[in-house]
Amino acid sequence: MSLGSTTESQPGRIEQQASDVCISGDWTLLHYAKLKQVVAHAGEVPANTSINLQALGVLDTAGAALLVELLGTERLLRISDWAPDLPEARKALLETVAEALSEPLNPPTPPKAPVTDFLARVGAGTEDFWQQFTALLGFIGLTLEAFAATVFRPSRWRLAALAMHIKQTGVDTIPIIALLTFLVGAVVAFLGATVLGEFGAGIYTVNLVGFSFLREFGVVLAAIMLAGRTASAFAAHIGSMKANDELDAIRVLGLNPIELLVLPRVLAMVITLPILAFVGMIGGLLGGLMVCLLVLDISIAQYFAILHRDIPVHHLWVGLSKAPVFAFVIAVIGCLEGFKVTGSARSVGEHTTSSVVQSIFVVILLDAVAALFFMEMGW
Amino acid sequence: MTREAKTLIQIRGLANRFGKLVVHENLDLDIHQGEILGVVGGSGTGKSVLLNCIVGLQKPSAGQVQVLTEHLQHPHTIPQTLDLACPFGVLFQHGALFSSLTVQQNVALPLIEQASLERDDAEHLARLKLAMTGLPPEAALKYPAELSGGMIKRTALARALALDPEVLFLDEPTAGLDPVGAAAFDELILTLKNALGLTVFLVTHDLDTLYTACDRVAVLENKRVLVADRLPVVAAHDNAWIQSYFHGPRGRAARRAADSLENS
Repeated sequence: MSLGSTTESQPGRIEQQASDVCISGDWTLLHYAKLKQVVAHAGEVPANTSINLQALGVLDTAGAALLVELLGTERLLRISDWAPDLPEARKALLETVAEALSEPLNPPTPPKAPVTDFLARVGAGTEDFWQQFTALLGFIGLTLEAFAATVFRPSRWRLAALAMHIKQTGVDTIPIIALLTFLVGAVVAFLGATVLGEFGAGIYTVNLVGFSFLREFGVVLAAIMLAGRTASAFAAHIGSMKANDELDAIRVLGLNPIELLVLPRVLAMVITLPILAFVGMIGGLLGGLMVCLLVLDISIAQYFAILHRDIPVHHLWVGLSKAPVFAFVIAVIGCLEGFKVTGSARSVGEHTTSSVVQSIFVVILLDAVAALFFMEMGW
Repeated sequence: MTREAKTLIQIRGLANRFGKLVVHENLDLDIHQGEILGVVGGSGTGKSVLLNCIVGLQKPSAGQVQVLTEHLQHPHTIPQTLDLACPFGVLFQHGALFSSLTVQQNVALPLIEQASLERDDAEHLARLKLAMTGLPPEAALKYPAELSGGMIKRTALARALALDPEVLFLDEPTAGLDPVGAAAFDELILTLKNALGLTVFLVTHDLDTLYTACDRVAVLENKRVLVADRLPVVAAHDNAWIQSYFHGPRGRAARRAADSLENS
């Protein structure tokens, strides 16, 4: 073996010499692709051919697997008989690999049936949707039950947790909501100035901004922001706790995870979202004011005078009345998705995404229903 | 089997400090080629930190870890493009399997990424490694979340062995396994070590593992390696921790078991 001194690795070779087959060179992972061709080219070695492994260089499991493929498991399991002078370690490696390969390696694959598979998927999807829906209703029930159980017992109020969640979901979110609604308010006012200005009704831009933000945009934008920012945080936090068996630990200690984890979050959201919605309305009105001031030459005093004259205060109440409902739904969906997490990191990711998608969807759906309702009621 | 001990990994003057916490100070240790070195020590003596230092996950505050590449069995088979990480395989304590990949994909990943194999070839070899670590073929398509503790360890071992490393690092391989499973795992490590010519660095608390598998034992105590030698020599050391470790009730039981195994 002169290989020890060379630095370059020689890929393995198979040579036919008179009556026996000589296998030489390095049989390693590095040369796998080439060796596979060599083995395929050589074809099957007849059982009675004698094999010469003396010139074999370096061998690893990948190479050994190919040798097993070439020579067959039967022969390599009996390697001590026909190559007794091979080093012990090498014989052990070839035997181990041959033994592993003597059992079928491929996992059983279920037969495919496209049509029934499709139907099964549709069925599973429908069932899954129904289960999600009932799970949400059940979870809402559990939350309300926990609320009812604690509301008249101040000793079980978790004020520290509540205050922390109010800070995280509410106070920390004020700047981004103010900025966001300010910009959207400016955009709405621009649209109004452009479209209404063509009819010489540019002054109604004020009404447009006022109506849209007090009734819809203030609360919807704040809710969507919280759905993206807070529902995901709830799902990821509770999901990681679930993956770490912390929820089971809470139950085993005789505590109620709903009361401990869900209730403070839900209550914090119900308290903060109306405030954030109000901040959003003010932000939108200020954005509108800026555009009116700069583009339409409406003075600040005039802007507020028009708002005061044309927009009754009940629009504000209509807008704000939706906030606690949205808050409740967003928080419950976020927490529920956290509870649905199973073990793995991937599951945490999936349920976090799902919490955001679901809560935004539900917010918009409820808003549409509410808009219809308020319109029919003439409020 | 007598063999001249060739040092494969040489650690000299290693220090690890995390702020005010000093974990290692002036630590020396040699890992010999072809041995199973058991590393023991009380909780917090920095066994895992030492492992991380050797494999390069943690940069030591001082000192050096040198891999004597001329003592690798096949130094010339390491492609130049790969890091030195390649002759090392690591089994983490909790497996650290990628939870979004199936068992088979977990093992095939290094083969595809590092050895640039085709997916089919890589998965074939992955299934071979899984069979070598004693997993049934049905397990190949499962996700880590569906596996039992023992199967996770076996899969992680198969992944650590994917690139045919020369040195295998095991961080508490039998922790969390039942005694039968742990014994089977010790057996598996011995078998694979003999078949693949591995050098094994084994962090453990498990006395049975020490008695059945390890050639030498290194004891971490007081920020350095107190003693690293064959087990009877280590057990005879008069340090208080070593005495209570090897001669406490669990130590005595493990030695009795090992003795009766040898006598039978």
